[in-house]
This record gives sequence, structure tokens and C-alpha cells, in this order.
Amino acid sequence: MVERTPFLDVVTQVLLFLGLVVSLAPFVIVFIASTHTLRDVNTVPMPLWPGQDFFVNMTAAWQRAEFGQKLVNSLIFALGVACGKVVISLISAYSIVYFGYRGRMLIFWLIFITLMLPLEVRIVPTYAVAANVLSPYQGILDITGISWLIQRLTGVQLSLQLGLLDSYAGLILPLVATATGTFLYRQFFMTLPDELVEASKMDGAGPLRFFFDMILPLSRTNMVALFTIMFVWGWNEYLWPLLVTTDAAHRVAVVGLRDVIPGNDGVPEWNIAMAGTLIVMLPPLIIVAFTQRFFVRGLVATEK
Amino acid sequence: MANIGIRQVEKNYGKTQVVHGIDLEIAAGEFIVILGPSGCGKSTLLRMIAGLESISAGEISIGGRVVNKLEPRERGCAMVFQNYALYPHMTVAGNIGYALKVAGVPGAERRRQVEELARSVGLEAYLDRKPANLSGGQRQRVAMARAMIRQPKVFLFDEPLSNLDAQLRVQMRAEIRRLHRQLGTTSVFVTHDQAEAMTLADRLVVMREGRIEQVGTPAEVYGQPASRFVAGFIGSPPMNLLEGTVDTAGAFTPGGKATVALPLERSDLSGKPVVLGMRPESLHLVPRGDASIEAVVDFIEELGAHRVLHLDWGGRPLALLHTEALSARIGETIGVGVPEDAVHLFEPASGARIEAPVRASADRLPA
Repeated sequence: MVERTPFLDVVTQVLLFLGLVVSLAPFVIVFIASTHTLRDVNTVPMPLWPGQDFFVNMTAAWQRAEFGQKLVNSLIFALGVACGKVVISLISAYSIVYFGYRGRMLIFWLIFITLMLPLEVRIVPTYAVAANVLSPYQGILDITGISWLIQRLTGVQLSLQLGLLDSYAGLILPLVATATGTFLYRQFFMTLPDELVEASKMDGAGPLRFFFDMILPLSRTNMVALFTIMFVWGWNEYLWPLLVTTDAAHRVAVVGLRDVIPGNDGVPEWNIAMAGTLIVMLPPLIIVAFTQRFFVRGLVATEK
Repeated sequence: MANIGIRQVEKNYGKTQVVHGIDLEIAAGEFIVILGPSGCGKSTLLRMIAGLESISAGEISIGGRVVNKLEPRERGCAMVFQNYALYPHMTVAGNIGYALKVAGVPGAERRRQVEELARSVGLEAYLDRKPANLSGGQRQRVAMARAMIRQPKVFLFDEPLSNLDAQLRVQMRAEIRRLHRQLGTTSVFVTHDQAEAMTLADRLVVMREGRIEQVGTPAEVYGQPASRFVAGFIGSPPMNLLEGTVDTAGAFTPGGKATVALPLERSDLSGKPVVLGMRPESLHLVPRGDASIEAVVDFIEELGAHRVLHLDWGGRPLALLHTEALSARIGETIGVGVPEDAVHLFEPASGARIEAPVRASADRLPA
């Protein structure tokens, strides 16, 4: 299409540039603030030219919040959540799209409905389950009277306990299920022609072979896209890690940021707080930078 | 090579029945073409042979073994799909060799077989390309090679040529025919294109609404259509089909106000309503005195090699195919000669064929 709209071109370019400035400004301020001394960062207005103390502040933030362990925890947490989500949603969508069992639409809608129940809404019951994974089963046994029966017959008081608090499993597992991912894959699988399944059936491939030889390679870009979104989401998750982990050994970096943010009566060391923010921001940025090529392709179009 | 037996096969989707009790015996090495308009159940029948659709009732056997409960891979069939269904992420070599890979043939041996086959179908230069970088004809060839690699007992073709342009279609048609002569594998080919069906088939199966209308060699189906439907479906331009009655003198009178008659010498049918069929290509122009029918030229389709005259025979349309140069003009009344063996008669209600006078066509087509 040939369009000659020089005036509109200029307007759109200016708008784009303004948008860029608006979205980059916070990052610039974070970076500049992290390079100043305590005194400079608190002058009003704050100087808008970088100072000399970048590495000093970085080191201070690193040591104060003990980011070494926390970044590792964050990485394990975000990787675990992202990989878990990719695998679970891939498998569930595969089952929903390609197998004709009874009630699969019901199952799909059940999964879909969980979109309406984000973590924040179900945080209390989720915490209860994480505190004791077996508590729902205990409840079933109690209500049906089976535990009473067992106590009567054997004299053993039945008490199922499996706690996941303060563990990687507790951090990761409750967040692994994802309706968004399942939906994304379902839509993608439905665009694949039926003949692909049929041709591979004629070639003698069973469901597992088809999954590994066709579905996996074809959904590679979608997997990268979902992984990226979910990694960033997991990395930035604050509420859940704060709740489930109490010991420092399992704290994640985002929660650890609290240690460098000055309190109400504390010294206003915003330079160190900003340095800490930079450290925490970096890993997801790197991941996005590496995967954005696939990421865009995965969401926009599929290789055909 | 294997024979295929189809006995009382039915297919239901819930309450809708799409295939009604099909019986068909296909001899080993035969090339069968199933022809019919879309929605007649021909693809469903093919997919039931392949094992991609379950069989609601009846049984299908391949090489004497009932395959109703067998997975597609256990049936020894290979299939070529309408839109080729190549694996988009694999190279041509990967596509052709996939069946071998699944079967566990080691890499080197697989490569050797793929290369050998690729040479025979003219694909050796494209082995490392992805399907997206191939032309339609090349993709078609890959799909064929993929079907051939396992040396199946039966080839199944599901309208494989309908996505190709006209020229390529004719070329591939010849190639499929040549391939069948070479390999001699039993083949079932589904199409709605009658030219494809006529040129490829050893025997032709015409289907309509889930039932077989006629089975026969292309010449039989063309020469003695078993029903009004087959008569109208096979042949281009289509057969003239006129409803009317046979009078006491044994002549055919088209219905309505038309009074013109065609002497048939079928007094045995006198008083009965019939459908008269005449192929445009078996009618010819004659001087008006010798003519069986006189008709007015409505319009003329000039097609180069021949021309189709659309005539008005007492209010009834009639097409006539004429190969020589033409002097007739629009609006002119001309004489049409109807050879006795050109007349087909059908029952109006059931559409079934009424056998033509014995002396007319018996010596023309060996049964």
C-alpha cells in the first residue's frame, strides 16, 4: 500500500518518541540515582547527570540485601515456574485438543475459569494447602468418617502431613498451573491442520511420537514466548514468595529489595535502594533481550 | 499388492448416516477411482479403508484380513492427502523418510532408501529443502514419495490433484498412471473430477449420497449409465435428459405443450413416463428431410476444437456437440439425427436405467 501522508508521519513519529521517553524515564532516573552519593541523591532537585558512586552503591546494596543467595533463589523460582507452566500447559492443551475423551470440554472450561481466580484471590486457601498438601485429603477422610473408622479399628489417629512452606517446591508448585498457557497452546494446536495428525498416523506414529516429532518442534516459538512471559511474571512475583518463605535461605530477590529500601525513620539511602532495584531488574531484561526474537514470532504468526 | 473387500459398510455421525451399506470388491493391483459430487461419502469411505475413521457397521478387509479394529499403521496403506499434509518443520528427506524413522530403520539405510526413491521421482535436488520452499507440483511429488517409501500394500489418494493448476494436473495424472503400471500396487483414488476419473480408472465407482450408483470400466459407465444420476454426472457437456412419455406408436413425446416426437420403436413402453437421455456428442446435424428431430438454434458455444449448439426442441433445451465447421445460424431451424444406440431411457421415479433395444448397442461395447 502506498500512502503519502507526511503530516501524519511526523505526528506518529513524535507520539512514538514521547511514548519512548515516558516509558524509559523511570529507568533513567533509577540508574542516575544509583550513581550518586547519599547527599547528592537527596538534594532537590536531584542532579540529572550520573555521578561517580555507581559501584560503591552496587556493592552496598549487594551486601545489605545479600543478593547472592536471593538472586539464585529468584532464578530457581522463576525458572521453575516458567518451565513448569510451559510443560503443564503444553501437555494439558495437547490432551484437550487431540484426544476425544468424555468430559474434555468440561475440563477445558474448568481450566479456563481459573483465569478468573488469580493468585491474590485464592491466596489463603492456597497457603493452607501449601502448609499441608494433604489437608484436603484429610478433610475428605474426616467428613466421610473413614478416619474415625480407622481410629476405631486400629487405634491409630490419622493425621496426614506434608508441608511445603520454606521450600522451593512450596514456592514453585502452587504457581505452575496456568489457564493462559493452556489456552495459548490450545488455540495454536487448533490452527494445525488435521491432515498433519492423519499423515503421521499413516506413517505409523503414535500419540507420543506425534507429540515429540511434530507438536514440540512446531510449537517451539510459542514455548519460548510463554516461557519469557512467565519467567518475567515469576521473577516479579512478590506476595506469594513473601508468604511461603520465612527463612532467609529461601527468600527471593524481589522480596529482598525491602532490605535496601529505607524505612520511615531510617537514613534516606535512595541511591542504594536504586542500585538494588537495578540488580533485581537485570536478569529478566537479559532473558527478554535473548528471547524477544522468538517471542514476537511466537505471538504474531506461526511457521507454516 | 492386496485385494480389498468392502462388505455392507456403513458410517454414522450420531444420527446422520453418510455411508449406506457399501459393497465393493477390489482386486489386487486394480486402480479404482471413486467419483461423486462433494458430500457423497467418497472421502469417508476412503478414510475408513485407511483407518482414519471408524467403521459404524460392516467390515473392510485388506489382503483377506479384516482391518476394522486395526490402527492405520497396521493396515499397510499409504495415503496422499488433498493438501499434501507435509510436515512443515522437516526437510523433504525428513518428510519422505519419516515412516522409516518411526519404523526404526537406522539413519544410513534410511538415507539410502530416501535418496533412491527421490531419484526415481525427480526430487533428488530438493532433499534438503523445507516444504514451504517448494512449488505445488514438487510438494505433490513429495507427498507421493512419502506414500511410496514404505512399499505399501494399498495406495489411497484423497483428491490429490485438486490443488494443482490444470496443466500440472494432466501431467501428474499421467505420472500416477505410469507409477501404477510400474508398481502394480492396488490403488483407490477419490475425486470429483470426471476427466481424472476416466483417465485413471481400471474401474470406476460412482457414488451419490452414501450409496454406489454404478461400478464399471470407464467405457461401461459412459456407454451404459446405470441411472439418471450417472448419466447426468459423467460426460461433458452433460447428457441431455428430457422427461416425457412414450405414446402408443412407441415414440417419445417431451412433456408440456411440445408436440414433436422421437420415434423409438418402443411400443412396449407405451403410455409410460420416461426420461430420455442423449449425449450431445452422439447427436449430429442432418438435412431436415432425414432428421429425427427438428430444432431451433438458440445459441452456439464456440470451443475451438468443437462447438456446442444449444437447441430449442419444441420448448425443451437440447445440446449438440458438433466437430466440423458450421453453417447454422442462430434462430435457424435445423435437423438433428439421433442414432438408435445414442438413446438412453430411465425411469422417472427411481432413475434406474431401462435397457435399450438389444439390437442397438449390443455389438458396440463388450460387456
